Amino acid sequence: MSTNAQMLERFSVSPGRRRKDRIARNSIMLATAIALVPLALIIYYLLSKGLGSWSVDFFTTDPTGNTFFASSSIGGIKSAILGTIEIVALASALAVPLGLGVAVWLVEYGKSSRFAQTVRFFVDVLTGVPSIMFGLFIYIALIVGTGSSYAAYKGAFALALLMLPVVTRSAEVVLLLVPGSLRESALALGAAALEVIFRIVLPTAAPGLVTGVLLAVARAAGETAPLLFTAGATLKTNFNLSGFMNSLPMQIYTDVTSPTTAVVNRAWGAALTLVVMILLLNLVARLLARRSSLG
Amino acid sequence: MNSDEPPTQMLDPRQSQTPKPSQVSPAAGAHSRANVRDGLAVKLEKLRAFYGVAEQVKGIDLDFHANEVTAIIGPSGCGKSTMVRCINRMHEEVPGARAEGKVLLDDFDIYDPSVDVVAVRRAIGMVFQKPNPFPTMSVFDNVAAGLRLASRGRGDLQHKVETALRGAGLWEEVKDRLSEPGAGLSGGQQQRLCIARSLAVEPEVILMDEPCSALDPIATLKIEELIDQLKLRVTIVIVTHNMQQAARVADRTAFMLSGELVEVGPTQQIFTNPSDSRTEEYVTGKFG
Repeated sequence: MSTNAQMLERFSVSPGRRRKDRIARNSIMLATAIALVPLALIIYYLLSKGLGSWSVDFFTTDPTGNTFFASSSIGGIKSAILGTIEIVALASALAVPLGLGVAVWLVEYGKSSRFAQTVRFFVDVLTGVPSIMFGLFIYIALIVGTGSSYAAYKGAFALALLMLPVVTRSAEVVLLLVPGSLRESALALGAAALEVIFRIVLPTAAPGLVTGVLLAVARAAGETAPLLFTAGATLKTNFNLSGFMNSLPMQIYTDVTSPTTAVVNRAWGAALTLVVMILLLNLVARLLARRSSLG
Repeated sequence: MNSDEPPTQMLDPRQSQTPKPSQVSPAAGAHSRANVRDGLAVKLEKLRAFYGVAEQVKGIDLDFHANEVTAIIGPSGCGKSTMVRCINRMHEEVPGARAEGKVLLDDFDIYDPSVDVVAVRRAIGMVFQKPNPFPTMSVFDNVAAGLRLASRGRGDLQHKVETALRGAGLWEEVKDRLSEPGAGLSGGQQQRLCIARSLAVEPEVILMDEPCSALDPIATLKIEELIDQLKLRVTIVIVTHNMQQAARVADRTAFMLSGELVEVGPTQQIFTNPSDSRTEEYVTGKFG
């Protein structure tokens, strides 16, 4: 027979454990808070310094190239915005289908064969290659090698190379999550292997695939190094993919080193624009993915 | 079977609506008269199945009679599922797996090198242990999936889906929510959806690999009633862990042990008067 007091003691949390729990909780919260500090600061600086330079002209005019004379305008970043969209769109058009294709092959056909393992290894190596190396590779192969000049499509090639391993790896992880039982029941219904991939596996994995693709697009949109000596730098808006093309990272890179305050502020404005563009792209894709998984 | 009747009538909304021609030929059977197709007999000859070098099915000769329900019983790991998966050539989808011997569908060897596995699987449908409707598809699309995947033309998809859902005894429950996600149904409904999905491509044989092991007793009962109706149209092979289930649904029962067929016979005989002592020990619960 135990009394109520004895039971209470037996089943109540000891003061020592209470203390440990509090310490653990607080340290985890502290770690989270510290990790959020840089993020909050980045957003704060972007908004406080970047918003000031936003105006209608900022988005609708090309940079003029004037950085010294306060009397005349320095222009906006129209060519950089459009250039980034063009280059990244072309890079995505190249890297996304190819990357998804490699991932589908790895998951559905290659599996754990030696060749598939080799492909995985090189994709991993490619993920770790510094982005400037992709620029250098394209520079040597397509510019020095052919004796031609900078071009937007060459920049897009460099970005596509950068995106390829990101798309492949993230897609592979998502495709592996599709339950084998779905593939089996589709096969048992008399579906051919390709139909199983296109009608069952890819639609089931779609939301995750979109997330992976977006990560790659966001990463490519923010890269300067692969564009430095591939796409060139120019002021004018250009819709010709074989000409020089401006881009947001390049614009930021050149502006931020300027001695003129207005030009440095334009770099902040451009940086904020880039962040907002990626955010919007994220939102749109997420909405699309959600709709497709319900429909 | 008497004890099963009251819940049957409570649960099946169709029964109250139909004029009840007779208790034995239920509504679903009548609805599908239009495309009644006799099931085909399946015959295994020296069937052996391997995973790598491990032999899981060790030379089985077995007849599945047309339009009958044959239950496969036996302890876990005895090769029941593997054997059944050989019948529609799903076994070979497992990496490193292969099968030897013959599987004759109405005297035609489906392991003949000239055979298209896709055609085999359209003739021999399969229902799996866990209900697995396609998560991105609606109820309607799930049933239509087989027809679309098999590119059987869009002709009268609506009618075929309705027929299949009626055949699976699910039509009355889902007719107002055909466009809702298939994964939103209850477990038992999902399993009947999977049965409808395999019925839609009009197979002659349906293989069921422990179709009720993830379901509650009431959902199980509905599936068992359904099996009774389906055998008018198709040949059914059902793997089950549940001996009462085998006794309730099967015309014939086969007992397997360690990859070998111990004996096969009319269900009544297997459960009351088996000729092999191992069968007797198993069905009386001495092992397994």
